[in-house]
Amino acid sequence: MEWFLQQLINGLALGSIYALIALGYTMVYGVLRFINFAHSDVLMLGAFSAYYVAPAIEKVLPLPSVLGALVIILISTLICAGIGMLIEFLAYRPLRNRPKLTVLITAIGVSLFIEFTCQHKSVFGADTKPFPQLLPATDFHVLGLIISSNDLLVVFITAILLTALWFIVQRTKMGTAMRAVSFNQQAAALMGVNINKIISFTFGLGSALAAIAGILYALKAPGIEPLMGVQPGLRAFVAAVLGGIGNLPGAALGGLLLGLLETFAGGISGLSNYRDGIAFAILILILLFKPAGLLGKATIEKV
Amino acid sequence: MRDLLFHGACSAIILTLTACGGGNSGSTILVGEFASLTGKEATFGISSHEGTQLAIEELNAAGGVLGKKFELKTEDDQSKAGEPANVVNKLISKDGVVAILGEVASSRSLEAAPIAQQNKIPMISPASTNPKVTETGDYIFRVCFIDPFQGTVMANFATKTLKAKKVAVFTDVKSDYSKGLAKFFKEGFTKAGGTIAGELDFNGGDKDFKAQLTAIKSAAPDAVFVPGYYTDVALICIQAKQLGLNVPLFGGDGWESETLLNIGKDAVEGHYFSTHYAADAASPKVTAFVAAYKKRYNGKVPDAMAALGYDSAMFLADGIKRAGSTDGDKIREALAATTDFDAVTGKMRINEHRDAVKSAVILQVKGGAFKYLETVSP
Repeated sequence: MEWFLQQLINGLALGSIYALIALGYTMVYGVLRFINFAHSDVLMLGAFSAYYVAPAIEKVLPLPSVLGALVIILISTLICAGIGMLIEFLAYRPLRNRPKLTVLITAIGVSLFIEFTCQHKSVFGADTKPFPQLLPATDFHVLGLIISSNDLLVVFITAILLTALWFIVQRTKMGTAMRAVSFNQQAAALMGVNINKIISFTFGLGSALAAIAGILYALKAPGIEPLMGVQPGLRAFVAAVLGGIGNLPGAALGGLLLGLLETFAGGISGLSNYRDGIAFAILILILLFKPAGLLGKATIEKV
Repeated sequence: MRDLLFHGACSAIILTLTACGGGNSGSTILVGEFASLTGKEATFGISSHEGTQLAIEELNAAGGVLGKKFELKTEDDQSKAGEPANVVNKLISKDGVVAILGEVASSRSLEAAPIAQQNKIPMISPASTNPKVTETGDYIFRVCFIDPFQGTVMANFATKTLKAKKVAVFTDVKSDYSKGLAKFFKEGFTKAGGTIAGELDFNGGDKDFKAQLTAIKSAAPDAVFVPGYYTDVALICIQAKQLGLNVPLFGGDGWESETLLNIGKDAVEGHYFSTHYAADAASPKVTAFVAAYKKRYNGKVPDAMAALGYDSAMFLADGIKRAGSTDGDKIREALAATTDFDAVTGKMRINEHRDAVKSAVILQVKGGAFKYLETVSP
């Protein structure tokens, strides 16, 4: 029982990270109908921004501290939002009216470009760097279970960001415009929506989410390298599809489910080798019965 | 990109020599080296390369062998599968090297070995401990001990020094090195009367190990054997500590890197690993090497990979000297006939499988540094 509960906690903590990354994937998809594969690399850039910003902040604010961490997260988030908008401006905007497949291939190209540029030793270098401890971390012992403060923080932040995103999309003017663009770009433009601004904003927001996820991920596993985003990025993409791509609560649900599946499969002695196999087999089963994802709506494609 | 990295990594002297495009007909002996100068196991490659480079410089300062000086041509394989085959092919067919030195990681040595064997070019691995490496063929040698020995050493260490009865094994299924070491440890430990409390796996590069570590904890072992590489091991130690798994963790020579200490910090404190030599051991050969290395590389203390890199080059030079020729067959014969070679990492001989027979040392992480604990002879 204790084993089960501890694995439940581990799985929720891992799943929350996936959920947080999946939110960014799903939001961009919701508006633009394409998968931004560079999302996982913006996540990595978020962690590296924090890595390089931290020593400067440490001179003013002592680390680890809550305030210091907040400032570092804020700065990294802004940097990544800028990078996200820049990627959109340089790589995706010129392809706005091209087939979706073109943009998709470009996204993969952007992703590889960032990964391999950052591996060059005059950028970050390919070796693993120790991530600084930004927050005071403790482990809570409850009834023989161990919950680390970092894991609690991840769950907490994911919940807040999910709510905030939902609020932005559903209740603000910007969100209404985002939804309008998502329905029909041309009609939205005719109604006076500035398409470029909305899409820029979407990318900025998505990249800011990625930066936060990157920093939280780095706090959990404090060794960062330019390819650190690839694995969680892939999982989060699957989570977004599982939840119903384009659906915010769906992404969170998909992330949690994937995290739990992986953790329980990985915790079996002798079977841990197959943890991804088991997790993904279950996902395929789910998608066989609900092809649009858990919370996604099946839409009829007009031909 | 590779050229850029290569330029950065090699000294100006070597660069100038290479630019002249030596070959072997001239006044130099061209030796090829491939190492992971960048990428996941970069510190291994950089260490072994620096050791090799120091050896070549010392040899040349002493006049070289057979009246010729050595010229080292280094290629970076970026710690990536697929690259070793490319760079070793290039070293042999384009540059025409007389011998190959490399690699640290067994998976990458295994990739290059068939190419060296096919071309009848002797290859000396400084630190690949998986037995399969030299099984590739009779041109493949190594100057380190092999995993069956290292596994047995750690099994004895677990039973005798740690007094462990139940040990869990946590293996990196992506690495030949890790799987081999885990296998030989399990054999040795069960033979010595111990029980394996649990066998869990991870994939090198994973960041979350809590699922497996929770399972290990519930099996209540006396110690955990983690035959992984330092980046993964550091994260494993951190998460084990978070989960309250307060038993000794121990592993093999894949642990030895400053990065383990930088990332793992107090979480790696008190844990143990076996390796090839200890920089704080009191032997004149080691002291002289450590001093020369520190002088050459701005006070950096050489780790085992640096010592083995140095030994691999010295061993090759010794072989060429005894062969009296730079012909691949003759060098091979001379190397295979080595009975007593005095290396920095201890006296060694080459056995019928072309593996070095020598002793191992066990180090412990103490006060944020690696401290010598004991020596185990074969």
